[in-house]
Amino acid sequence: MSDIAASPPAAGEGRKTSLLRETDRVRKRNAAERRFELYGMAAVGIGLLALAFLLLSILGNGLSSFRQTFVDVPVALDPVAIEEAEASVVKTSRYRDIIEGAFVSALEARGLLEGIDPEEAAGIISEEAPAQFRDYVRANPEAVGRPGEFTFLVNGRIDGFFKGRVTFESAELDGNVTPAQLRLAERLAGAGLIDTRFNWAFFTAPDASGQRPEAAGLGVAILGSAYMMLVVLFLALPIGVAASIYLEEFAPRNRFTDIIEVNISNLAAVPSIVFGILGLAIFINFAGLPQSAPIVGGLVLTLMTLPTIIIATRSALKAVPPSIRDAALGVGASKLQSVFHHVLPLAAPGILTGTILGLAQALGETAPLLLIGMVAFVGEYPDAPPEGLFDPATALPVQVYNWTQKADPAFVERASGAIIVLLAFLVVMNAIAILLRRRFERRW
Amino acid sequence: MNDMRITERAVDLSETKISARNVQVFYGDTHAIKDVSVDIADKTVTAFIGPSGCGKSTFLRCINRMNDTIDTARVTGDILIDGEDIYDRRVDPVQLRAKVGMVFQKPNPFPKSIYDNVAYGPRIHGLARNKVELDEIVERSLRRGAIWDEVKDRLDAPGTGLSGGQQQRLCIARAVATEPEILLMDEPCSALDPIATAQVEELIDELRRNYSVVIVTHSMQQAARVSQKTAFFHLGHLVEYGETGQIFTTPRDPRTESYITGRIG
Ligand SMILES: Nc1ncnc2c1ncn2[C@@H]1O[C@H](COP(=O)(O)OP(=O)(O)OP(=O)(O)O)[C@@H](O)[C@H]1O
Ligand SMILES: [Mg+2]
Repeated sequence: MSDIAASPPAAGEGRKTSLLRETDRVRKRNAAERRFELYGMAAVGIGLLALAFLLLSILGNGLSSFRQTFVDVPVALDPVAIEEAEASVVKTSRYRDIIEGAFVSALEARGLLEGIDPEEAAGIISEEAPAQFRDYVRANPEAVGRPGEFTFLVNGRIDGFFKGRVTFESAELDGNVTPAQLRLAERLAGAGLIDTRFNWAFFTAPDASGQRPEAAGLGVAILGSAYMMLVVLFLALPIGVAASIYLEEFAPRNRFTDIIEVNISNLAAVPSIVFGILGLAIFINFAGLPQSAPIVGGLVLTLMTLPTIIIATRSALKAVPPSIRDAALGVGASKLQSVFHHVLPLAAPGILTGTILGLAQALGETAPLLLIGMVAFVGEYPDAPPEGLFDPATALPVQVYNWTQKADPAFVERASGAIIVLLAFLVVMNAIAILLRRRFERRW
Repeated sequence: MNDMRITERAVDLSETKISARNVQVFYGDTHAIKDVSVDIADKTVTAFIGPSGCGKSTFLRCINRMNDTIDTARVTGDILIDGEDIYDRRVDPVQLRAKVGMVFQKPNPFPKSIYDNVAYGPRIHGLARNKVELDEIVERSLRRGAIWDEVKDRLDAPGTGLSGGQQQRLCIARAVATEPEILLMDEPCSALDPIATAQVEELIDELRRNYSVVIVTHSMQQAARVSQKTAFFHLGHLVEYGETGQIFTTPRDPRTESYITGRIG
C-alpha cells in the first residue's frame, strides 16, 4: 500500500491539475452542452409560441360562436292567420308576416319604433325565425289561439353588432344592415328584449344557408363524424388487430411477408387524398354506395387508419416478452390460446392507444371526404344507424372548410367555433390515449 | 458415495421413457446438435451438462418440440416417447407439451395472479371439473413447488410480484399442475439463492417418484446431487452419457474429464 501512495506524485508531476479549475477540453465540452441546450429551448419555444398563437387566434375568433343573440317577441297565435299560412304556397313567408306584424306592434306599444320604418325594423329578426315559429306551431297545436312569448334568433349582422364584429361605420357600407337597425337593436337591448345567451343550437342545429349564418350549427357534422368514427372503429380495429396478430404471431418470415410489411408502412405514408380517390372509384363508382354518406367516409377513413392501427398493434405485440409466449406454450396452450389468453391482453393498452390515435387522425381528416361528396350542404339529420350511415351527412373538418369558404364573416366565426369543437374532441381522445398508456404501463 | 449406489439401483429398475435416435438440429446453417442418440429413463433425474453454447437447451427443447416455434430451427432424426415418434405428422405439439412440461431458465410467470398462473394449465386441459377440484390442484401443485406456505395467503397477488426464487418455484408448480409425465428444466436454479436452490433440488428428487426429469445445469455439484444419469454435451455432440457417479468419478472421454475438472468450459 505504502509504495502505491508514494509513486503517483512522481508519475503525474507534469499534468497535475486542480479539480477546482476547468480544463480547456472540459470548458469546450460544457460550452457545447450549453449551446445545445439553448438550441433545444429555442426550438421548444418556437413550437409553443406557434401553438399559443394558434390557440389564441382560434379562441378569439371562435369562442363567440358559443353565444348567440336572441330577441323576445310576444306573438298572439291567431288561429285564422295560422290556418291561412298553412294553406298558402310559400308558408314561411306568411309566418314571417305574422312574426313581423307582432314584432312591429310590440315595438310600437313600447314606443321604440321612432326613426326607423317598420319594414326595416322587422329586418333584424333572422330569416330562420319563420321556420322556427312554424315548427313550434306544428309541434304544439294546443298553443294556437293563446298569446305566447317567443324568442327568435336575430339577424347575423345584429348578432355581430353585439359581438363587436359589426359597427355603425361598417353598417354604412353594408347592404344587409343599416345603422338605424343597429340603433334599434341597442334600444331593444336596453329594454331587455334583446340579449345574448349560450348557443346550444350551435352543437345541435344543422347547417344553414348563406343568408342565415346565425342559425348554422354543427349537429349534422358532429353526427356524421360520429357515424364515421363508428364505422372506422368497427372495421379498422378488428381488421387491423387480426392482420397484426397474423403477421406478428403466425405468418412465416419470408419474402412475401416482407413485402406486405414494407407496403403497410408505405400505406401509412400515402397522402389521404389518394384514399379519397380510391374511395370515390371503389365505393361510389363501382360499389354504387351513395355520395355524402358516412358509410363511404367511414370506409375511406378505415382504409386510411388501418396502417396506423396495424403498426401500433404490431409494436404492442412485439413489446410482449417472448418468455410469456414460451410459458404459455410450455404448459400446453395452443398458439391461439397463448395469443388470446396472454399476449393480446398484455398488448391491449398499446393497441387501444394506437386505435384512439388513429381515430383522432381520422376525425380531423378532410381531403378524402371532399372527394366523396361529404362537402355538400346537408340541412337534415341522418337517421339513427345503421340506416343513417347511408344518409347524407357532413363531417366536422369539412364543415370548417365549408364555412371558411363563405363570404359572410359570421361564418368565419362559426368556422373557428367548429375548430374549437374539433380540437376539444381531439384533445379528449389523445388524453384518453395517454391515460390508458399510463394506467396500464407494465414492467416485466 | 453411499446414496449414489442407492440411486444406481433405482436406475436399473426403470425403463426407457425418451429415446432419441440420430437427432440433428440446425438453426439455418448452424449445426447445433450433431447426431445425438440417447435413452432417458423413466422415474429418473437426468442431467445435461456441458459448456455454454454446446446445445443443451436446444436438445432439451427438441423433447417438447419448443423448437417448432423458432422459424429457422430444423430437426431431423427420431425422438420417441413411450415408443411413439413425437415428430410424427399425426402428433399435435400442443398435446405433447401437456405431457412434457417445461421450466425455463428465466422465471417467466404470467402477469396474472399466483392462482391463475397455476390454474391456467389445468383449465385449458380440462383437468378440473369444478372450482373445488381446481383449488385442490392449485394447492397440490404449489405444495409440490415448495412455495405453498409462502403464498397461501396471497393467491390473488400477481405472480410477477414474487422474488426471483419464488417465481421460479411458481413456474415449477405451474409445470407440474398439468400432470406431465416428463419434466424438462433448463437451468432452473440459475436465478436462485442457495436456500431456494436446495429447496428446488429437494423438489426435483421428490418429483423423480412420478416423473422423468431432465435438468440442464451448469453446476457440477448440482448434477452430482440431484441426478442419477448425466449426459455431457460438447459442441453439439453427446460426448458421454452414463451413471452420474461414473461420469464424475471415472469419465471415459478425455473431454468429459477436462470439463468436470474445469479445464474446458
Ligand atoms: N434461436 C436460435 N437461432 C440460431 N441459433 C441458435 C438459436 N438458439 C441457439 N442457437 C445456437 O445453437 C447453439 C446451441 O445453443 P444452446 O442454446 O442450445 O446452448 P446451451 O448449451 O443451452 O448454452 P447455455 O449453457 O449458454 O444455455 C449455439 O451455438 C447457439 O448459438
Ligand atoms: Mg441454455
